[in-house]
Amino acid sequence: MSIDTLPRATRSHYRRARPPGRRWRSRLDVKAMPYALVSPYFLLFAAFGLFPLAFTLYYSLYDYDLTGTTEWAGLGNYTALLGDDDFWRATVNTVAIFVIATVPQMLLALFLANALNKRMRFRLAIRMSVLLPLVTSVVAVAVVFTQLFARDWGLVNWLLGMFGVDSTNWRAERVPSWIAIATMVDWRWTGYNAIIFLAGMQTIPRDLYEAASIDGASQRRQFWQITLPMLRPTMIFVVLNSTIGGLTLFSEPMTFYNGNPDGGSQGQFQTVAMFVYKEAFREFDYGYASAAAWLLFLLILVGAAINFLFVRRIGGTR
Amino acid sequence: MMISKRRGGLATAAALAAAALAVASCGSGTPAPSAAPEPVTIRLQTFGGGTNFGYKNAVEKWNAEHKDIQIQHENLTDQFEQQYWPQMIQWLQAGSGAGDVVGIDEGGMGLAKARTEWWADLKEYGLESRKADYLPWKWENGVAADGKLFGLGTDIGGMSLCYRKDLFEKAGLPTDRDEVSALWPTWDEYLEVGKRFQSEVKDTKWADGTNTLYQVVLYQEAAKNGNVSYFDKENNLIVDKNPAVRTAFDFVQKLSQQGLTAKLRNFTDEWATGTQKGAFATLGCPSWMLGAVSGNAGDDGKGKWDVAAVPGGGGNWGGSWLAVPKQSKHPKEAAMVADYLTQAKTQAGIFTDFGNMPSNTKAQQDPAVQGAKNEYFNDAPIGEIFAKSAASLQPVFLGVKHAQVKNATEAVIQGMDDGSVPYGKAWQQLVDDAVKAAG
Repeated sequence: MSIDTLPRATRSHYRRARPPGRRWRSRLDVKAMPYALVSPYFLLFAAFGLFPLAFTLYYSLYDYDLTGTTEWAGLGNYTALLGDDDFWRATVNTVAIFVIATVPQMLLALFLANALNKRMRFRLAIRMSVLLPLVTSVVAVAVVFTQLFARDWGLVNWLLGMFGVDSTNWRAERVPSWIAIATMVDWRWTGYNAIIFLAGMQTIPRDLYEAASIDGASQRRQFWQITLPMLRPTMIFVVLNSTIGGLTLFSEPMTFYNGNPDGGSQGQFQTVAMFVYKEAFREFDYGYASAAAWLLFLLILVGAAINFLFVRRIGGTR
Repeated sequence: MMISKRRGGLATAAALAAAALAVASCGSGTPAPSAAPEPVTIRLQTFGGGTNFGYKNAVEKWNAEHKDIQIQHENLTDQFEQQYWPQMIQWLQAGSGAGDVVGIDEGGMGLAKARTEWWADLKEYGLESRKADYLPWKWENGVAADGKLFGLGTDIGGMSLCYRKDLFEKAGLPTDRDEVSALWPTWDEYLEVGKRFQSEVKDTKWADGTNTLYQVVLYQEAAKNGNVSYFDKENNLIVDKNPAVRTAFDFVQKLSQQGLTAKLRNFTDEWATGTQKGAFATLGCPSWMLGAVSGNAGDDGKGKWDVAAVPGGGGNWGGSWLAVPKQSKHPKEAAMVADYLTQAKTQAGIFTDFGNMPSNTKAQQDPAVQGAKNEYFNDAPIGEIFAKSAASLQPVFLGVKHAQVKNATEAVIQGMDDGSVPYGKAWQQLVDDAVKAAG
């Protein structure tokens, strides 16, 4: 405003009076500074995300043995992988553990969040407490669960024994080992997901519930007809996050077998991430491991797409 | 659920940051003129269960006597082929991370010898003179193809069978070690006694699992079949052609089928707990296994264990070398430490304290070693059991890819025991997996 009131000549005079270098610098300031400010993320991403990705792709086309030679292999690693029973077993294990872990986890987290959304005493303390498992180190969790699921002196077998169930070898039988690992994963992540659901629930306007109550809708009906559909964006986030985490599952099954990537004597619970680790860091077959890592990446994309389509339908208009 | 790997990433970042800080603080400090020079720290890395290499007392003694060179001993893991060696190869290949003195099991020596660029030449530090201390085979294995001396021998195998004296008494079996040895001149008789034992003692199995005895028998049989196991001396895979492998496999299959194992895999946490809680009554014991037993079973097991002769004659399973990686910043001091730890006096002390059989011939002839008794094992005359036969032991040739093939075969041997590999298919799978691992 005040500038506009100045005579035209004076304005152009000012403009002309400014030294050209400063003008250039000021333009740089405006145009380039935002990019400079956000660049650390992109630089780090390029160094630790994009570069490894490209590097892995490059080496997946080579027969690259750390202790031997490097030779061009073309798509040889990929075709070998598709014919490798061990890789498919690891894929089945990964998907199975993911399903066994995620389905109950989502339901549990949802109901937990709904419960935490009610008015109650010590609400903050209780809400905080569901996050406790998350701040425990994965290794500590795995060590404790490994003891619980021990064959000989484990608590779980002892409890099952009281109901007459025969002692289970949790590391040798396939399905029991999946269940044990899924339990570990759920213990750790249910609270975290519940808190995210809770945050999503709190963004739902209260007047929707009030109107529903006046219309005589029961609590349960409100949950199914209001909470669930309104929670869809949150759910998509949680499910995608779980898909990525579940399909790259590594630490829990790794620690469950003395920190070895074999995942049981015959790979009963070896996940794809462990398969990649084993091929790279024990067999030193870097090319093969890189190819497996790329197939894992594709698996995650497919898994995420399926889950996205699935969740989008939840609570949709019927 | 978030990506659990991310935590690993964070931890790595934190470790890197800490390392950077440490480097920075080293760089910025100017040495105070009056203070004594900073002692050189020599990182000594080993593997193994229980008391592993038995270096505890020897390291304490050195550190008390040498203020300028301090040994920092890290026993990284129980498992050599599965964890220690792969990690070590990465460090050696990357050029950083490995300690100044590192232990190598016989299973890694084939590769270590082939990758001579990883190691410092101990000849440069005058250790060529140690040749007179060793039997030719133990010395030669520490010399690479190009003549570089990279490894000094620590211990050798030798074979015995450890047994639980108290449980034998409970089963009405003899408890005196000579009478026990007389129970099982052959492995078949060992199985028979096992059945008798298990019919008397309900909660304890006869053997720990399939893996330990598989190795024992494999090494015994290898000695009868040209001293080779999975590979011939030209590094060709002979897993299906070497009768030693088949004999060892057949034996542990019988052992497992007759229900005589506690189904525990050696060098795992459950196995260590099983040793402590009396899950099994006998264990194949090369000399270095004595330390694993006493270390795992702890004070409660003292006097309960004893050592008897092994069925089927002698054998040489295990034994290690110490090497100085080229990446070490203090190769001279590291060579001094490796020299000290393999001296006759040190090795003799390790044997009497923990049981690892010296590979140093002067230590083997030491009267203190020859007459040594192990207090933990009911004063068993371990000198008589191990030292007498030490000079006659022969090395078994292990190929460059021995570690990988050993992992693959042991997984099948274990899988057969835990029920995940059907007995009828186990042999074929062992051969197939070995071929794949040798790839």
